[in-house]
Amino acid sequence: MSAPRDRARALILLGLFAAMVLVAVASIRFGAIDFSLRQMFSATLALVTGREPATLDGRIFAELRLPRAVMCLLVGACLGVGGTLMQALFRNPIVEPGLVGTSSGAALGSALYFVLGSVLKFNAGPWALPVAACIGGIAATYVVFALSRAGETGRSSIVMLLLTGLAINALCLSGVGFLSYIARDPQARSIIFWNLGTMSGADWKSVTIVGVATLGGVALSLRYAKPLNALMLGEEEALYLGVNVARLKWAVLTINVAMVAVATAFTGVIGFVGLIVPHILRIIHGADNRYLIAGSALLGATLLSVADLIARVSLRPAELPIGIVTSIVGVPVFLWLLRKRQYVF
Amino acid sequence: MLSASDLVYCVGRRRILDRVSAAFDPGRLHLIIGPNGAGKSTLVKLLARLIVPDMGDVRYGGADAQTLTHRDLARRRAVLSQAVEVAFPIPARELVMMGRYPHFTGRPSAADEEICDEVMDFFDVTGLAGQSYATLSGGEKQRVNFARVLAQVWRPIVEGCRYLFLDEPLTFLDIGHQLGFMRKVRSFADQPDMIVVGVVHDLNLAARFADRLVLIDDGRVAAAGAPEDVLTPEHLQKAFHVQPIAVRNPADGGLHLIFE
Repeated sequence: MSAPRDRARALILLGLFAAMVLVAVASIRFGAIDFSLRQMFSATLALVTGREPATLDGRIFAELRLPRAVMCLLVGACLGVGGTLMQALFRNPIVEPGLVGTSSGAALGSALYFVLGSVLKFNAGPWALPVAACIGGIAATYVVFALSRAGETGRSSIVMLLLTGLAINALCLSGVGFLSYIARDPQARSIIFWNLGTMSGADWKSVTIVGVATLGGVALSLRYAKPLNALMLGEEEALYLGVNVARLKWAVLTINVAMVAVATAFTGVIGFVGLIVPHILRIIHGADNRYLIAGSALLGATLLSVADLIARVSLRPAELPIGIVTSIVGVPVFLWLLRKRQYVF
Repeated sequence: MLSASDLVYCVGRRRILDRVSAAFDPGRLHLIIGPNGAGKSTLVKLLARLIVPDMGDVRYGGADAQTLTHRDLARRRAVLSQAVEVAFPIPARELVMMGRYPHFTGRPSAADEEICDEVMDFFDVTGLAGQSYATLSGGEKQRVNFARVLAQVWRPIVEGCRYLFLDEPLTFLDIGHQLGFMRKVRSFADQPDMIVVGVVHDLNLAARFADRLVLIDDGRVAAAGAPEDVLTPEHLQKAFHVQPIAVRNPADGGLHLIFE
């Protein structure tokens, strides 16, 4: 019984990996300008051997296209795994990775940077925005966590966490609204643009940082797959199965915050990927987290790369904000999945 | 041997349990009875260490329950509670395998697989193995859960007793499945290293299957001992405000209560 299931799981993960590679190649190849496979090959070879690209096209490839493609893979993996972790933790299939305040806090942090930066006229260099967003995301999540355990029992229940998250999200977003209302025109536009998500800022430095957060986060998440499975039965049952539920919650939230805050800091708010990816995977092969976590890293990376490809080629040479693409594509898919409803909520 | 001494448990100002002491022996089936709100469920949760007493302690063998790690405890103690709902699609077999989670890291061993097969066979749910748990009927879900919980303590462990707690497990079962389940628990409790403590509502099921009864009323132990000694008209009048008439079951001569 379980051996064929294991084999099916391995095959599905292999298929997802192949799809990711194909999409990654396509997303490197097509864009404002297209590269032939031979150009891609020689430019990559030049990059690996450390030679300076000779042509403008070569530089576009090495300094813009390639880091952007890698960034899409990483951020997609972060959002996919974050969605899986949060849905497992909250035992609820309609939860997004930003639920506990992370992405709205990051949005508030970045809005504060845009407005205060222009008012106080300081120029803190290229890292100020991601740092402000990351701090905002982590701070908002911390507030949610602290408030949710301040209840009478002192224990942070999942429902308290969920509701506190909703409240803090609303507060952060109204803060963003207020800041864009009082902001002058260019700052207001920056806030709006950032809230729609953008991949255009990706360079090798930011890719390295997001890469460390992603790979570390995914590797750690896999260790919690089994206890998260037990948590499907509820907190009491998980305790009876020997899971230290309090520590599990803390660990999973921390991993999720680290991944989502760092990813959001460099790319802005990108919705729906974290929500949809675990859904699709569950329909294919059920809810075992040992499969879901690995699968959502691969499928998240694939879907976000597809979205970025669409964002870049649909209005060539201009591009769409990626958050608009994920929502336009994601919402109908999500509604379709809901109607199909292969499983009960 | 499992023992509770002077357990006190409060919620806010209210004392749910007030200095409850009890001892539970291996190889015996102990059932806790009592009126609604008396603290039966709380007692089982304290014994199973889901919650921690405000005063008093629970001892597993010689060891204070507080000193055991979550995983150590889960290897020797399983708890069957009321209906478990799962929001995600998971095959029944995988759910049963969760009962073995405390026993392996990484992948399940051949013994874990074997135990899963045996418990699923024991509870007659082998045919449901590949079905998604969420699509099962209430009774089927309950039986799959029995299998999961028993998988946790199915085989003797190297050292010490195994403990099985039942927290009103008969919800959603028809009379046939109730009796079938109690017979299975009965046979399980006959193993010499097995301590079974459960809460049931039906006094006649309690009378028929238990070796020892503990009557809890208003947070205290009102009576404890053999069923014949606990289910007396005085005790039942005081705890439940009912007047029982004791008759004999024509089939086996056992105690049976009817109520005025």
